[in-house]
Amino acid sequence: MPTKFAIVLGAFALLSGAGAASANEGGHAGWQRPADNEISNLPSLQRGARNFMSYCSGCHSLKYVRYSRVAEDLKISDSLRDTYLVKPGDKFSDYIKASMPANDATEWFGKPPPDLSLVARSRGSDWVFNFLTTFYADPNSRQTGVNNLQLPGTAMPHVLASVQGVKNAVWKAEEHKGEDGKATVVPAFEKFEPGVVGSLTDEQYDEFARDIVNFLQYASDPTQVERQGMGIWVVLFLLMFTGIAYMLKKEYWKDVR
Amino acid sequence: MSATMDKSAGGFRAWLNKRLPVDQFMADQLTGYYAPKNFNVWYFFGSLALLVFVMQIVTGIFITMHFKPGEATAFNSVEYLRREVPYGWLLQYMHAVGASFFFIVVYLHMARAFLYGSYKGPRELLWVFGMLIYLALMAEAFMGYVLPYGNMSYWGAQVIINLFGTIPGIGPDLVEWIRGDYGIGDATLTRFFSLHVIALPFILALLILLHLVALRQVGSNNPDGIEIKENPGADGHPKDGIPFHPYYTLKDIVGVGLFLTFFAIVVFFIPTFGGLFMEAPNFEPANPSSTPEHIAPVWYFTPYYAILRAVPDQKLGALLMALSVAVFLFMPWIDRAKNKSVRYRGITSKILLGVFFVTFLMLMWLGLKPADGIYVLLARIFTVLYFGFFIALFFVSKWDGNGPVPDRVTYNAH
Repeated sequence: MPTKFAIVLGAFALLSGAGAASANEGGHAGWQRPADNEISNLPSLQRGARNFMSYCSGCHSLKYVRYSRVAEDLKISDSLRDTYLVKPGDKFSDYIKASMPANDATEWFGKPPPDLSLVARSRGSDWVFNFLTTFYADPNSRQTGVNNLQLPGTAMPHVLASVQGVKNAVWKAEEHKGEDGKATVVPAFEKFEPGVVGSLTDEQYDEFARDIVNFLQYASDPTQVERQGMGIWVVLFLLMFTGIAYMLKKEYWKDVR
Repeated sequence: MSATMDKSAGGFRAWLNKRLPVDQFMADQLTGYYAPKNFNVWYFFGSLALLVFVMQIVTGIFITMHFKPGEATAFNSVEYLRREVPYGWLLQYMHAVGASFFFIVVYLHMARAFLYGSYKGPRELLWVFGMLIYLALMAEAFMGYVLPYGNMSYWGAQVIINLFGTIPGIGPDLVEWIRGDYGIGDATLTRFFSLHVIALPFILALLILLHLVALRQVGSNNPDGIEIKENPGADGHPKDGIPFHPYYTLKDIVGVGLFLTFFAIVVFFIPTFGGLFMEAPNFEPANPSSTPEHIAPVWYFTPYYAILRAVPDQKLGALLMALSVAVFLFMPWIDRAKNKSVRYRGITSKILLGVFFVTFLMLMWLGLKPADGIYVLLARIFTVLYFGFFIALFFVSKWDGNGPVPDRVTYNAH
């Protein structure tokens, strides 16, 4: 019995590994970094909410998230909530809408900025972090003057330029063998160089972006911290239950010869 | 005082049994039903499948109170359930993770039948009912996956429904009839909802009942594949049998505890299971103008999906895919060995079965991969091995599985 149990456990572990591996797929480019945000870090979440409201919510909505829920989950007091979180004209029980009318947005950017309630789930936290940290000056981009490594050709201007500054990208020539065997030279990203300087250092900006990512991960699944806290007790109870059930079974099965 | 109470309790029981055969039913089904004493870990999965079925029904009832089928409402109502309904997240995750666990236990339950020849006579009909449950479950799971109307719901439905279009003659009309419209939309969602919450659960419950009634009629097989009924003791009960209750009820509860522990770990800590149980594109609303990078069904359909994609011709691919599921129905007649259990078959049969298990898992993995390069080649090789297994078994089982078997089951008392 113990060996078979070990096999079952092993198979489960293997499957979990497969699940995690398939989640991490999609070829990591060298410049991509993990977000390394901590969902249980309350101050980070609070800063993230502040940053989001200051820099993102003008254009992006969180249409499934209410101000009141954010305040409650992030332990923001009612007075701070009403002063800093809730937009003028909104009630604290409202969903977080973008300030900019969608029609104007479509006219200005070609498409309305997406709702970000679920972006950390559909794209992943690392994706959002790399999107926020890889804007660079690109003279070929006529609308915004910038481009992005994570989402090339993005319609979004570098909203955080005042904070991060604007980087210049350095490219190197890289040979790629095509399917016909012919080598073609394509530009490959090498590194960023400081361009226009922003108000934060690189390390400070990473923290700034990480807080936003953390907040968006919270917003994509607001119950996750509560869920994991509860899960520990549920699993402990079930282990105890299984132990007692096993002893009872053993006692009865003594008679079976 | 106490005497009168005892009397009234006994009186009620007698009164009830006169009108409803409660005691008789319990005796027939539990205390008087003798099961082989040598069940191993593989024998947990039948009762666990029943447990998941009940769990899906119960969580489903509560989810139905909040879910709003429809193009404009489905996705939002699921998010509302997850975020704003108290414990709505628990219901939704239990139901979504439950679907995957349902298939895990059903696949293990089926693997058990392959190992010990449980589909062979006299259990052919038991097996056929089981396979019909599996088919109904696939339909149920597919429709359930479409309902939240995420982007993978939409594109997955697009691929699967279009498969019916490959049926000669009626195909295109059939596809339109299934969708209820020229494209997937409101009409598709409302009919899938109806089928998912009423028709298919009803059919499943009926088939499960038939599966259990047939099981009680022929009795359980066991890891040795020996008919314990052929060796009765002085009391008329099989020498190698023990009453289902209390022995297997208690043993199954241990299985339930272990199962729920695994289940809770996934529900509470990794509900999306790295995108295997809930795929990332499904956290975006359905969008007919934006195709996800790879369209892959959920893992439990991927062995068949890999077979579909392995064939260059779409019509032939769809046919082989249908065949790859349907072939299971004929297992009792494909396997011609005298002995049921793989324990009393030759090395050829053992290797054959091992290769088949590996093939099934490989196809499952390949179905999750993009269909290009080496993956296509591998999918073709394993598709050939998949069908090769059934053909080989038909011939190998004729000679490799007729050796002597013991009279009594193998059992080491603990």
